[in-house]
Amino acid sequence: MSLKVEECKDVFVFAQQVDNKLNSIAFELLGKAKDLAKDLDQQVVAVLIGSGVKGLADELAWYGADRIIVVDDPELKEYRTEPYAHALSSVIEKYKPEIMLVGATAIGRDLGPRVSARIHTGLTADCTQLDIGDFPLQAVEGQEQKHKQLLMTRPAFGGNTIATIACPEFRPQMATVRPGVMQKQTPDKSAKANVEEFNPGFTPDNKYAEIQEIVKSVSNVADIAEAKILVSGGRGVGSPENFKLLDDLAAAIGGTVSCSRAVVDAGWKPKELQVGQTGKTVRPHVYFAIGISGAIQHAAGMEESDIIIAINKDENAPIFDIADYGVVGDLNLILPELTKQVQEAMAEKA
Amino acid sequence: MKIVVCVKQVPDTKGGVRFKPDGTLDRAAMLAIMNPDDKAGLEAALKIKNENPGTTVTVITMGLPKADEVLREALAMGADDAILVTDRVLGGADTWATSSTLAGAIRNLDYDLIITGRQAIDGDTAQVGPQISEHLDIPVISYAENIKIDGDYVIVKRQFEDRYHMLKVKMPCLITALAELGEDMYMTPGGIFDAYQTEVTVWGRKDLKDVPDTDLGLAGSPTKIAKASDRVAKGAGEKVTPDTPKDAVAYIVGKLSEKHVI
Repeated sequence: MSLKVEECKDVFVFAQQVDNKLNSIAFELLGKAKDLAKDLDQQVVAVLIGSGVKGLADELAWYGADRIIVVDDPELKEYRTEPYAHALSSVIEKYKPEIMLVGATAIGRDLGPRVSARIHTGLTADCTQLDIGDFPLQAVEGQEQKHKQLLMTRPAFGGNTIATIACPEFRPQMATVRPGVMQKQTPDKSAKANVEEFNPGFTPDNKYAEIQEIVKSVSNVADIAEAKILVSGGRGVGSPENFKLLDDLAAAIGGTVSCSRAVVDAGWKPKELQVGQTGKTVRPHVYFAIGISGAIQHAAGMEESDIIIAINKDENAPIFDIADYGVVGDLNLILPELTKQVQEAMAEKA
Repeated sequence: MKIVVCVKQVPDTKGGVRFKPDGTLDRAAMLAIMNPDDKAGLEAALKIKNENPGTTVTVITMGLPKADEVLREALAMGADDAILVTDRVLGGADTWATSSTLAGAIRNLDYDLIITGRQAIDGDTAQVGPQISEHLDIPVISYAENIKIDGDYVIVKRQFEDRYHMLKVKMPCLITALAELGEDMYMTPGGIFDAYQTEVTVWGRKDLKDVPDTDLGLAGSPTKIAKASDRVAKGAGEKVTPDTPKDAVAYIVGKLSEKHVI
């Protein structure tokens, strides 16, 4: 089945929660949905799916939801593809959204494609920009130009190409949105939303996976996506012990240590600290790339940083193609002195 | 048991992305390789085959005739059969139309397990695997880091950002593989010889089962490209090669204070 374009309205957001705690992406999506809904003169609707989650509705209202649809069922206690896909696609079939936004998280990138295939609509992955506009962008002779379409912009090819996608004939227009890109609005604790409960019924079948075990990673590692200054090391650092040089600089400048994939693959640092296409996307104010060659997969995760400072002894390292300030030299000789001078400068300022 | 592995031929970004003088991507200058996550999925399938005698592994790809190359590679690594789905009318497909096409091809096969890579390095969507599973109405487990076969069931370690789940699901099912799932398997001389003796099955539009024309190719793609451009690489900033580490430090400290970082 597919929905009729003219029947659909409002901007829906999948309000992802895990362990009955809303994920930051839910607020980011609401912030963006608010802008889009304004352009369309429509409402923002949050879809909250889980077990015993109704209490989270207030928070969604504070961050911009006009209405909240709650699907609450014991089958939804932990994320599993099938019951969640059933919940979200049932909401879509019943409420007929114009736009459906989902976070491009490990949950959203599983749920989104399953739901889009069930509803028969398009899905654009991992968007970094969403706008309302015309499709085609410029009027073309002999082709109807549709107005007020969702224009979904996303990088591909490790960030080397960028495409803007529309979904003119099918509804909802669905996108997964990269975490950390859209702005949350300042919460308004006086805001209220209409809360509606809906349960489509859940009948376990062979598509319901059985969860045998849940293992949470107990890590006290810093969230590198939140850091304002990152001191990032690559294979060129040479050894796990030598990361001490980066730890010292990070401590002096008030930054956090992160790393490239090679470092994680070598077992020197945990995956939570990995920047890049298969790690995290970061955009700190300052990014030190130390002993990082700057493969495209790495660049994809950090090139939006405001200031990139690279130190590498290979003058042909690709990192110099994106660094604002590149220094060809030996990190082992440069870092101790740099740390010392940064400490002095910070002490003077204090 | 019977395993189907979906693979895609992609331009190699690891060997360095090449740009044309105008700053756009020079795709022709980049080598075409088997998508890394798909290769990890194939390796996992071959490992299951080694541990479970009687298992067969069929690789399938949709693409241009040239994609035959990645199928030969898969055969040389130890896959038993290979299918190339290629047809002019399938071109320009988005993930919906691609998954409809592959599902239409897979409907012709007997399978217990389908493995796809999590995502391809050219599109990075991670959508085709889960969409195939939906078209075939079978369970999906994405982001698999480990697979164990247990009778009619598979037990999968499914990775999330801050945890993993051990999931048990009845076959037939589809699993999307993380790179971590793979264990290096190499082409062998005998394998390479066999790879060129084995015939690759070629299917076109007419061989797809239960797929309407409206679900295929550019016309069957709900998403349409409004604008696409190669992002011109961010211009390099300054690069200096100081004579001494002290000069290097002075340069960096100068920039940090100029930008009010320190």
